[in-house]
Amino acid sequence: MEETKMELTAEEKEILDGKKGETLRKVMETVVRFGEAFGARRLIPLTHAPHLVTSFGANTIKPYYAILDELIAAGLKTFDTFTVDPRPFDYENVPVNLVEKILFSFIFGQQKDYELQLKKLGLQNEEAFTCACYLPEVGNTPRRGDILAWSESSAVVFANSVIGARSNRNSAGIDIMCNIIGKAPEYGLLTDEGRQADWLIEIKTKKLPNAQILGSAIGLKVMEDVPYITGLSEFLGRELKPEAIDYLKDMGAASASNGAVGLYHVEGLTPEAKDFGRKLLKPNFKTYVIDDSELDRVYQSYPVLWKKLAQKPFLCFIGCPHLSLIQIEQWVNRLEEELQKRGLKKIPMPVVLCSAPGVIKKYQEKAPTGLKEKGIKLTSICPLMYMNNPLCARKPIVTNSNKLRTYSTARFFPDEEIIRVIFEGLN
Amino acid sequence: MSQIFKGRVIVAGNIKGEALVSRKGFNTLASFQKSIVTRAKVARCSDQDNKELYQKVITGKIMCLPQTIGSTTGGLVILTAAQMGIAPAAMLFSKPIDSLAAAGILMTDIWLNKKIITVDCLGDEFLQAVKSGQQVEITEDGEVRILEKGK
Repeated sequence: MEETKMELTAEEKEILDGKKGETLRKVMETVVRFGEAFGARRLIPLTHAPHLVTSFGANTIKPYYAILDELIAAGLKTFDTFTVDPRPFDYENVPVNLVEKILFSFIFGQQKDYELQLKKLGLQNEEAFTCACYLPEVGNTPRRGDILAWSESSAVVFANSVIGARSNRNSAGIDIMCNIIGKAPEYGLLTDEGRQADWLIEIKTKKLPNAQILGSAIGLKVMEDVPYITGLSEFLGRELKPEAIDYLKDMGAASASNGAVGLYHVEGLTPEAKDFGRKLLKPNFKTYVIDDSELDRVYQSYPVLWKKLAQKPFLCFIGCPHLSLIQIEQWVNRLEEELQKRGLKKIPMPVVLCSAPGVIKKYQEKAPTGLKEKGIKLTSICPLMYMNNPLCARKPIVTNSNKLRTYSTARFFPDEEIIRVIFEGLN
Repeated sequence: MSQIFKGRVIVAGNIKGEALVSRKGFNTLASFQKSIVTRAKVARCSDQDNKELYQKVITGKIMCLPQTIGSTTGGLVILTAAQMGIAPAAMLFSKPIDSLAAAGILMTDIWLNKKIITVDCLGDEFLQAVKSGQQVEITEDGEVRILEKGK
């Protein structure tokens, strides 16, 4: 590459000159050119374990496997062991027919080989597959101020906003390269200036907004900018209690997938907003007021991609991003209460609750009884991966996840409506 | 009469082609997902939320956009689309390039030895001026000319 404008250490220059091998040189060139594109002046050391976004062994991403083979052949590994997004299928808990199973085997034909590649590159363990790696039961939980090179969009926005760690929204590919050299270009959300807010979001709703629709509205408006949100701590309180954390997890995931939000501040609640308040707003910030009618407008704007709108739903996915332990308990309780209220023994359609392997294990230690008989399944898959094929995409699947809605044909309903849909269909 | 804009070169090259314009953020995963999974020979935008581009051909076009948005698999999606031969020929960003697009475009250049010619920082005026279907010419110094009116 041409001479870089970045200030590199002697060791970094040696790597870039190819003195530590051609593969590591290409890794460094990728990271340095990437940094240059964002005006980074230097690389800074990462201080916490990686989380990678690419967990699926799809046949289509062959160029990525070739890159990983090259890294492995050169004896390279990430600087610390990593967690990675969820696996794409779970035949035991998520229904597939024979044809779909054959299709999955074809689409994700590289899954076994890819997981072997991940092990060689530094995968933590067999249970490291989740999008919510920061949950306590998983344990890949950074501390405030940690420097990360994470990539899963919902994990990045959570780590930045709720924890106060620092990660840019890294793409798949760049994530592993930064984590191999153990450094990231210093720009954007790694800097104080990059964490200043471009938008003031004023929440003026009568009650706590649905997290998924609020996140969507914010994401669609601000795209990649940083929003500073007011009016939310009135509903959520001023302490990061478990319910508030779960709410922010889901709101953030929706803002990151409907737009490209990597960091938000919530006045009086998230760590940096608590410390710096409205000083986080840039001088020429823009304002977006969200009231109940605006949320309704956003919700009504979602297209429905089902061929027949009145179809009976086939199943319901809850948990994209993965549910916390408390969220699993809340959903199981709500569903059981509804069964009791309606005098039913089984839910009319399978309800699949998605969470991290460690969280499910913890939940199962409490020995819940008869979930399967009631039509409730627990899985650690990524529902998006399940739906990303022509056969499953045709199924009338409902969800409470705005991220899943964005990337699939799943039809979105807010929590308060989806219970009715699960039990009564769409009539 | 052609309109001329000057931006910053991310991947240099000379090319002339047809513009495909997204005035809102281009969701890379949502746009390419269907074409990649079905191994299409030509990518058609499958992003239901992007009414300007939905079902339009992306392959070989000069994409004009503010930035890319959406899943952080975006870079890998660009890399894969490039290897499959269904990527756009060039990408013109009105804003500074975003991290997902930069990753995909640079990995394509460094690890695949393929080029998606890329210029960023062309300004909001560029995105207001250019229309889908117009001929656009890019030169390696980052100059972009809109050659004719849209269809």
